[in-house]
Amino acid sequence: MYKIVHREILNPSVKKITIEAPDIAAKAKPGQFVVIMIDEKGERIPLTISETGKGTISLVFQEVGFTTRKLGKLNSGDSLLDILGPLGHAAEIINYGTVVCVAGGVGAAEVLPVAKALKDAQNTVIGILGARTKNLLILEDQLRANCHKLYIATDDGSYGQKGLVTDILKGILDSKPGESESKRPIGLIYAIGPVPMMAAVSDLSRPYNIKTKVCLNPIMVDGTGMCGSCRVTVDKKIKFCCVDGPDFDGHQVDFKELSQRLAAFKSQEQKTAKL
Amino acid sequence: MKHRIPKERIKDFFEVALGLTEEEAAVEAKRCLECKNPVCVKGCPVAIDIPAFISLIKESKFKEAILKLKEKNSLPAVCGRVCPQENQCEAACILGKKKVPVNIGALERFAADWELKEGARVKDNASPAQYSIHNTQYTKIAVVGSGPAGLTAAGALAKMGYEVTLFESLHLAGGVLVYGIPEFRLPKKIVQDEVEYIKSLGVEIKTNTLIGRTLTIKDLFKHGYGAVFIGTGAGLPQFLGIPGENLAGVYSANEFLTRVNLMKAYKFPEYATPVNIGAHVAVIGAGNVAFDCARCAIRLGSQVVLVYRRGEKEMPARAEEIANAKEEGLVLNLLTQPLEILDDGNGGVSGLECIKMRLGEPDASGRAKPIAIDGSNFILKVDTVIVAVGQSPNPLLTGATPGLKITSKGTIYVDEHFQTSIPGVFAGGDIITGADTVIAAMGAGQRAAEEIDKYIKMQNV
Repeated sequence: MYKIVHREILNPSVKKITIEAPDIAAKAKPGQFVVIMIDEKGERIPLTISETGKGTISLVFQEVGFTTRKLGKLNSGDSLLDILGPLGHAAEIINYGTVVCVAGGVGAAEVLPVAKALKDAQNTVIGILGARTKNLLILEDQLRANCHKLYIATDDGSYGQKGLVTDILKGILDSKPGESESKRPIGLIYAIGPVPMMAAVSDLSRPYNIKTKVCLNPIMVDGTGMCGSCRVTVDKKIKFCCVDGPDFDGHQVDFKELSQRLAAFKSQEQKTAKL
Repeated sequence: MKHRIPKERIKDFFEVALGLTEEEAAVEAKRCLECKNPVCVKGCPVAIDIPAFISLIKESKFKEAILKLKEKNSLPAVCGRVCPQENQCEAACILGKKKVPVNIGALERFAADWELKEGARVKDNASPAQYSIHNTQYTKIAVVGSGPAGLTAAGALAKMGYEVTLFESLHLAGGVLVYGIPEFRLPKKIVQDEVEYIKSLGVEIKTNTLIGRTLTIKDLFKHGYGAVFIGTGAGLPQFLGIPGENLAGVYSANEFLTRVNLMKAYKFPEYATPVNIGAHVAVIGAGNVAFDCARCAIRLGSQVVLVYRRGEKEMPARAEEIANAKEEGLVLNLLTQPLEILDDGNGGVSGLECIKMRLGEPDASGRAKPIAIDGSNFILKVDTVIVAVGQSPNPLLTGATPGLKITSKGTIYVDEHFQTSIPGVFAGGDIITGADTVIAAMGAGQRAAEEIDKYIKMQNV
């Protein structure tokens, strides 16, 4: 059993829980994830490790279906039956020069540890945080503290710039040398968020020929490479996201296939959503 | 042995074969000739003293019979059910030369089930006291993977007096016994009982621990383990490499079986894991895994065809399961090779394009080579495809362990003492052989445990 020691509501549908898991906390690196199971009849779902503390890990999740809603009801003092991790490869942290970190929605929590590590590795980190509307934005202050500059976009213009994260990214890519935050060239774009957003970021950066990493979120079961549920096509080859990823070259990912595979259990998910 | 009738059994996941009654067991046991030089024993990968345990059943000494079995086999309730006896002990039985061999598997199962039914475990003769490892420096052994090889090695080492910790990445112990083999062939209660037995020997089981990520092999030595046994199996699913394999509606056998067996998706939505299969399912392959997938799909209400590129004679699955599956309505599409999984336009499956095959000369594997017949292409109308064409060793642990020598097949290299290229690290089961049987893995676990004991004693000299 893994005890929840702290719980925080980040916005009406996004919560953060901090859990005692010393073995995982000791090993976890930015970009890695865990697979959790709430109880005996539960399903296994993957969640990114957004923070590690002394013997603890923190997970941020959006309530989108049966399991995440059930998770959202748990309080500090409650326990999760199973947590496996850390899983996947850590994000590649080197000095790229300038890095643009793009976060969509709950992806902010996943970008945060990577942005922090990139900054610690002497990169100039430009953050772009996007959400549909102002009250859905999460972790703005934490991201601001770990980026040299943070841009914010809301679809409805209720906060920051009106529009999509890609609008801001395009502005940065098109800015003349000296106009953007860093005089160093952009060595990496790192994007986490909904599939359409990661696809749009990759499409946008492709003609600029800037290395673009995306953190993929396919359906997973075991998370250890034994089932292939999370397989994605990257550079026309089958990759298992749980062991080969979760970060891949956005210019090589088949995003259409990924979104089709994400919809594979839609009818069942609709059934449990009513429970 | 009695089986539940097909019409009834395809509606649920309860066990199909009902086991022998005491009377039936007595009748079957009496058929054994108790050969002086029993060849059946040579056919058993762990060399159970078969005539001796059968003779005890004849005398109704069931407690003694189970003890006799357990001298060589820690999981008799499992092996009695899932061993391909027709290629092992029963293939060697003298009676089989002229008529029907003794049903050794059924008798093994009978003795094991008798013990489980009694509710009280028969006390093992082996106790830590009879071994003299108490003064040694290293008393802790780590076993990685809780499938048949790991469970057997852990049990054997515990009986020798070692403090054994068994590390398992999934949330339940048992490996393929819990995620792979379905309930109707191997009830999970039995696996759980067998795991409890291993625990009763003093083995500590740590689930949710992925060696290579949560802890490394190096960490294990740092934590004071004197030796490590790797029994991580062959859990990496192989795909065919044909177009359409990543469509939603295409499962690897491992994913499908893990959802159904480990996660109990057949009880969805009481259990939260979904499995989404359509009315018409094609299973590709003809091993035990393929038949398990097919029979699970039948129980989920689908019409199922099995697609295999060779003929019925060449199918590697157990004869009993092939017969069971046919009774349950499985259609065999033999001498058929899939070419492409067709897209329904929304990322789902609309069919499976295949080509008919004929058998040619034996190939490198010794089996007749299937050759495509030009122009014989046809389309099977299916909406779900399950790929069951084999598993490879899982590369996760090997990839995370520098210095561990791997063969060209991805299996871990071991010497004749089951020791890997890293001193003190041993391996056995599917991770050194590639996908093989439960009993072969158990045999390797047993022998590796003996080698580990020797190694530890050498270290302490």
